[in-house]
Amino acid sequence: MARVLLNLPRSAARGAVIEIRTLIMHPMESGFRPGTNGTILPRDIITRFTCDYDGEVVFQAELSSAIAANPFISFTTVATESGTLSFTWEGDDDFRQTETRAITVT
Amino acid sequence: MKWLLLLVSVAAAEPRSGALDMSRELQAMQADDSANPGMLWVQEGEALFHRAEGRAQKACADCHAGLAGVATRYPAWDEATAAPIDLAGRIQQCRAERQQAAPLARESEPLLALAAFVTRQSRGLPLAPPEDPRLAPALARGEALFRQRRGQLNLSCAQCHEERAGLRLGSALIPEGQANGYPQYRLEWQALGSLQRRLRNCMVGVRATAPAFGAAEYTEIELFLARRGAGLAVEAPAVRP
Amino acid sequence: MNRREFAAGALLALALRPAAGLATPEDQAAAIRAFTGGVVPREGRVELDIPPLVENGNVVPLKVTVASPMTTADHVTAIALFNEKNPQPQVVTARFGPRAGRAELATHMRLATSQFITAVAAMSDGSFWSTRQEVIVTLAACIES
Ligand code: HEC
Ligand code: HEC
Repeated sequence: MARVLLNLPRSAARGAVIEIRTLIMHPMESGFRPGTNGTILPRDIITRFTCDYDGEVVFQAELSSAIAANPFISFTTVATESGTLSFTWEGDDDFRQTETRAITVT
Repeated sequence: MKWLLLLVSVAAAEPRSGALDMSRELQAMQADDSANPGMLWVQEGEALFHRAEGRAQKACADCHAGLAGVATRYPAWDEATAAPIDLAGRIQQCRAERQQAAPLARESEPLLALAAFVTRQSRGLPLAPPEDPRLAPALARGEALFRQRRGQLNLSCAQCHEERAGLRLGSALIPEGQANGYPQYRLEWQALGSLQRRLRNCMVGVRATAPAFGAAEYTEIELFLARRGAGLAVEAPAVRP
Repeated sequence: MNRREFAAGALLALALRPAAGLATPEDQAAAIRAFTGGVVPREGRVELDIPPLVENGNVVPLKVTVASPMTTADHVTAIALFNEKNPQPQVVTARFGPRAGRAELATHMRLATSQFITAVAAMSDGSFWSTRQEVIVTLAACIES
């Protein structure tokens, strides 16, 4: 399991726009870099990041080799209902990781 | 005129953090825990700190409620080995003796993570190297190493970090080479690394052979860096280019 | 220390940089056309906050903000970021809906060398808007071998 840092409020007022900041530990090996023996290291990157809010996709990003190692992604969403936000990173070599956070909307 | 001169020399004596030589954007990245990638290691270190390890099945947290301020005092004198020891070495010692666990390799992810978690508890506190006379010979050796020319380029640390601090090497600004930001997320590494790794980079940069991680030479240079940077606020995990 | 010694250090750093086949401004233009379906984006509404001078291209913080009410009727559907001289022109493509609240995206990107970065926003009314920024990349000196 890759280490993940998620920053978002645990609670918010209904209708408030909340900021969500994410970091995940991942080399984002670009597929363009020679290794020590001179041959190109195979690409190993995260290709997609998705945020669901109670099962509905509210934000999605397709990433490329031009995203820095240990990808940082920050975006916003509207606090609609108390529920669960889920964050999924998918990538090369069947990489897939999901983290969830509860949010209380008042 | 006399006053002006005095002011200038006082200002020059104040150590200057490498953070001030970075762009506004990198300063902001360092200051923002939700964007500073080094925080991934701090979080991992926190988890390790609370995990029971070794034959003793003890967690660091079983014996240490917190270690605020500790990192500001390292390298320190180690009674057991009668030699200076840096923070990573001290952590290793607790791991071996108190947890009875296998040693972690220098520069290994778990050791960096633990050091990052411990050092972060001193963030904002001034570097306060111990006034311990037993450290004096090693400190003097550290200063000599700092002033000794080395490598195919035949340059000393001092030639860059004292004489040329604030000037450019190629397009890179030469900082004072202060040690207040380690472990550090260096963009060049795209990972967290120790001060020893940084020193290694500067040695390789002048095409000198760098000693293996953990060598006494590094601890001696670390001692001298802590002394000349005394008073600088701890920034770990710092971000540097 | 003299100039030559410094130049040697800088050259050393340069020599250690991996050379990669880099994309071209034409590749960037083609990638933007593919994203917009051939529509030429209009200048405006998009703000790209990226440092003009970068000390190390491995991690370049940036933020894209698009002026939009983000309502069901009128919102940003996507923000895409393109570069000219990395090996590939795409950087990131983010999909938005009204539930985003604001059309904002921040990330850390890589830059192989100095170049123009272009941000393009797709709107729910089918229009495209864009802006571009030049970024100068300098090099770190003492890198690992
Ligand atoms: C069984 C108890 C125990 C465990 C487990 C333990 N320590 Fe310690 N640690 C001590 C004691 C006792 C000292 C010595 C205090 C002194 O000498 O002032 C110490 C000292 C230290 C110091 C130096 C403190 C200073 O003020 O200079 C550090 C840093 C430290 N430990 C870190 C750790 C870490 C990190 C771990 C887990 C990997 C750990 N310790 C596990 C008992 C423990
Ligand atoms: C040729 C000039 C040069 C020499 C010689 C040199 N350095 Fe450096 N050093 C730099 C530059 C330039 C940087 C920062 C920018 C970079 O690495 O691109 C740096 C960075 C550092 C840093 C990191 C500072 C921070 O803010 O984290 C430390 C510590 C350091 N050097 C220590 C040393 C030591 C100790 C030596 C001698 C063993 C040494 N340097 C030799 C040029 C040099």
